[in-house]
Amino acid sequence: MQKNGPIALIFNALVIIFMLAPLVIVCLVAFTPAETLTLPTTSFSLRWFEQVLHHADFVQSFWNSLGLAVAAASISTALAVPAAIALVRYEIPGRGALQALFLSPLIIPHLVLGVAMLRMFSLVGGQGSFGWLIFAHALVVMPYTMRLVMAALIGFDRSAEQAAYSLGASNAKVFQRITLPMILPGITGGWLLAFINSFDELTMSIFVVSPSTVTLPVRMYMYATESLDPMMAAVSALIVFITLGLMLLLDKVYGLDRILIGKH
Amino acid sequence: MSERRTWAPWAMSAPALLLFAVMLAVPLLLTTILSFNAYHVDTGPVAGSFTFEHYVHIVTDSYYYEIFWRTLWISGLVTLICIAIGAPEAYILSKMRAPWRSIFLLIILAPLLISVVVRAFGWSMLLGPEGLINDIFRLVGIGPVKLLYNETAIVIALVHVMLPFMVIPVWTSLQKLDPSVESASLSLGASHFTTLRRVVFPQVLPGILSGSLIVFGLAASSFAIPGLLGGRRVKMVATLIYDEYLHELNWPLGAAIAFVLLAANLVIMLGWNRMVEGRYKKTLG
Amino acid sequence: MSFLRLHNVSKQYGPNRVVSQFNLDVQKGEFVSLLGPSGCGKTTSLQMIAGFVDVTEGRIELDGKDITRAKANERGLGIVFQTYALFPHMTVRENVEFGLEMRKVAQPERSERASEALALVHLGPYADRYPRELSGGQRQRVALARALVIKPPVLLLDEPLSNLDAKLREEMQFELREIQRKVGTTTIMVTHDQSEAMSISDRVVVMEAGRITQVDTPHTVYEHPHNAFISTFVGKANLLQATVHAQGGQWLAHVGDVQMAVQDVPAAAASHGTRLLLGLRPEKIQLSASSAGRTQGTVRERFFLGNLWLYTVECPLGSITVTAANDGEAPHQVGSQVGIDWSDRNVRLIAGDGVAA
Repeated sequence: MQKNGPIALIFNALVIIFMLAPLVIVCLVAFTPAETLTLPTTSFSLRWFEQVLHHADFVQSFWNSLGLAVAAASISTALAVPAAIALVRYEIPGRGALQALFLSPLIIPHLVLGVAMLRMFSLVGGQGSFGWLIFAHALVVMPYTMRLVMAALIGFDRSAEQAAYSLGASNAKVFQRITLPMILPGITGGWLLAFINSFDELTMSIFVVSPSTVTLPVRMYMYATESLDPMMAAVSALIVFITLGLMLLLDKVYGLDRILIGKH
Repeated sequence: MSERRTWAPWAMSAPALLLFAVMLAVPLLLTTILSFNAYHVDTGPVAGSFTFEHYVHIVTDSYYYEIFWRTLWISGLVTLICIAIGAPEAYILSKMRAPWRSIFLLIILAPLLISVVVRAFGWSMLLGPEGLINDIFRLVGIGPVKLLYNETAIVIALVHVMLPFMVIPVWTSLQKLDPSVESASLSLGASHFTTLRRVVFPQVLPGILSGSLIVFGLAASSFAIPGLLGGRRVKMVATLIYDEYLHELNWPLGAAIAFVLLAANLVIMLGWNRMVEGRYKKTLG
Repeated sequence: MSFLRLHNVSKQYGPNRVVSQFNLDVQKGEFVSLLGPSGCGKTTSLQMIAGFVDVTEGRIELDGKDITRAKANERGLGIVFQTYALFPHMTVRENVEFGLEMRKVAQPERSERASEALALVHLGPYADRYPRELSGGQRQRVALARALVIKPPVLLLDEPLSNLDAKLREEMQFELREIQRKVGTTTIMVTHDQSEAMSISDRVVVMEAGRITQVDTPHTVYEHPHNAFISTFVGKANLLQATVHAQGGQWLAHVGDVQMAVQDVPAAAASHGTRLLLGLRPEKIQLSASSAGRTQGTVRERFFLGNLWLYTVECPLGSITVTAANDGEAPHQVGSQVGIDWSDRNVRLIAGDGVAA
C-alpha cells in the first residue's frame, strides 16, 4: 500500500483548513472585545457571551430548541424501536417500501416539508402550537433513530436470545433482559443523533414556527439577516461548544466514527 | 421466540406509520392540492378551485427561469467541486495510519452535526470585505475581491456543507476495496497512476455517483446558505419559495414550486440510482 | 429404559426433508455424538430436541414425558451454542446465574451454585469479568457452566469445540468428557469432526442426508462401518472393487489377481461373479521387504505425520494408502519395491450387489 506523498499531505492540510476555517473564525470572533466582527487581537472578552445571556429572545429560543429536541428525539425513538423490530425481525409484505417510507425524510427537502407542514398547520390551527412543532421535528429526525436501531438489530447475534430462552426466560423477559440492553447503544446513539439534528434544524422550522415557538437556529437566521455583530458570533460559538460536547457523548455511547460512516 | 402472530409487526409499526401519515402524507397531499388552487391577491388561495396557472407561470416566466437555471448550475458546480476535492481526500485518508486517519475523518465529518446557520455565518465573516480572506488578499496586493452576497459565496459555502456527503460514500466504497488488489496491480507492472485509473477508480465510481446525487439534491434545495450569503438579489429555488410563502403570501404558487422541486429531486435520485445500481450490480456483483 | 427417546422424528421444509425417520434411544448418563458432514441434518435434529425447530412428524420423549410440542423455554435443557452465546452485557457470574434467576432461585443459593459451576470448569477467579475479556476457550467454559448449573436432564452441545484452535480443541475434548462423567448428565453433542466424536462418546450416531446410517460404539463404527461413506468419513479406508466366487464352501473375493477371504457375505448377494466393495484400513496393512508379503507394490509418495508415516503404494489392489508407526526404524523410500501384507480378518465388506450401500 502506497504511503501518501507530500502533495497528498498538503492537499489534505488544505482541505482540513477549509473545513475548520468558518468554525474557528466564529469561535474566535465570539471573544472579541470590539464592537464589530473582528478577530480578538489584543484581548479576549466575554462581553458578547454576556450579551447573549441577557438577550431574552435568544435565551427563550435556546430553551425552545432544547425542549423541542428532547421531545422530538424521545418520541421518534419510542416510535422507531418497535417499528425497527417489526422491519428487521418479521417478514411482512412491503417491508422494503415501509423502510423506504421511514427513511424518506432524508431525501425530501426540508424546504418542501416546511411548506407542506405550514399548509396543514394553517388548516388545523397548528401554528403557534409547540405540540405540532414537536411532531414535525419527530418526523424529520425519525430516519436517524430508525437507521441506528435497525443497524443494531441487524448486527445482533440472536443466539444470546436463544440461550436465554432455553434457560427458561419468557419472550418478554428475553426482550427486557437480553435484547434491549444489547441494542441500547444503538438506541441511545439514535436518540443523541436525533437530538442534534432537531436542535440544528432550520429550513423546515423557519416555515412553521410562530413568534412564541421560535427555535434557536431560526432566531439566529432572523438576526443574521438584519444585523451582523459579534453577538451572533457568540451564539454560534456556544452552539459549536454544545455540539462538541454532544459529539463527545455520542462517541462514548456509540462511537462517533460508527455513526458518521458506519464501522471502519 | 415464535414469530407466527402476523398482527404483531403491524401493531409495532403502527405508531410510526400514524406519525408519517399525519405529518408527512397529509401535508404533502394538501400542498399538492394547494398548488392547483387559484390565488387572488386580495383574498388569498381560493379553496376548491383547480387551475394549472401556477405551473404554467413557473414554466413561462423568465424570472423563474433565471432562478431555476442559477440553482441548476450552482448545484452542478458544487457537485463537480465536491467530486474534485472529496474523492481524492477520501483516498488520501484511506491511506493514512491509525490515529490520523480517524482524526481527520472526524474533522471533515463533524461539521455535519453543527447547524448550517453557524457555518453560513462563519463563511460570511470569512468572505466579507473586512473578512480574513480579503485581509490575506490585501497583504498580497490584490484589491478587495467581492466574495460575499454573490454566487461565489454560495458555491464556496455549499461546497463546505456538502463535502462530507461526498466523502462518506466514497470512503465507504474505498473500505470495500481489498487493499491487496492494488498491490497485485503494482506487482504486475502497472504504474501507480494506471492502478488508480484502471483498478481503484472503477470500483470507487459507484460511491462517487451516489455522493453526487446526494450533493446535487441537497445543494439544489438548500435554503440557509443562499439566504444568508446570497444577499437580496441572488436567489435560489429555496429562497424563492420562502419569498412566495412568507413575503408574497402566494401559497399556491409557492406550493407549485415546492412540488416541482420535490418531483425533480425524487426523479433524479431514484432514476439515476436505479441506473447506477443496475449497471454496477452486474460488474461488481 | 431410555431416558431420551426420539421416535420417527422428521423435519420438512417445503419440498425438502432435512431429517427423516430419526430414531434414537439415549440412556441416562450417556454421551452420544451426532456425527456427519454439513447438511446431514445433525444440527436440525439437535434443534428439534432443544425446541427451537418444530418437529414435522414424530415424537420426542424425555424421562417418559412427551415434550414434542413443549416450548424451548419449558424444556429445561442445558444448551451450549456453537458461538457460546454469552450475554455480553453481563459478567461471567451473572451469565451463569441467569438460568437460576429464571427459576426463581434466591440469592445465597444462587451465588453458591454459580460458584460451584464455575469451579467445575476451572473459572472461579474469572467470575466478575465480562465475556469480551475472556479467551475463546474460557468463554466456552462459561457457556458450559451456565448450561450445567441448572442441573438439566439433558445437555446439548452444538459443535462446542469447532471455534477453538487445534491444540485447545484436543485438551477441551478430554476435559469436556471428564466434566460430563463427574456430573453424570446425559449429553448429546453435534460435531462434524470424527476424531472428536470418536474419542469422547459412548455411542456415535452417524448421519447422512437427513438419515441415521449407523449407531454404534466408536470402536464398532470404526471397525465395522456400514457403508463406503462412513468408512471414509470416519478414518481413512482403502476401498477395493472385488468380485466373488465360491471355493470349497467358502466365498473368496478377487481384487485384481489377489485373492482374499471375506466374511459375512449375505446369501442374497453371494453368487458367482457378484461385485463387492471391500474396505481395508491403512493401519491394518504392513509393508516389508519386496520379496515377502501377499503381493508387491511400489511406493509412490511418502508423508511424515510425526507419529506416523503415510505411504501411497501402487499395487495390484490399486493405489492404496498405508500408514506405519514411526517406531524409529528407517522408513521406505519413494520408488522402492515393497511387499504388502494384511490379515483377511481386517477386510470389511462395505457394499455390493444386493447389499445395502
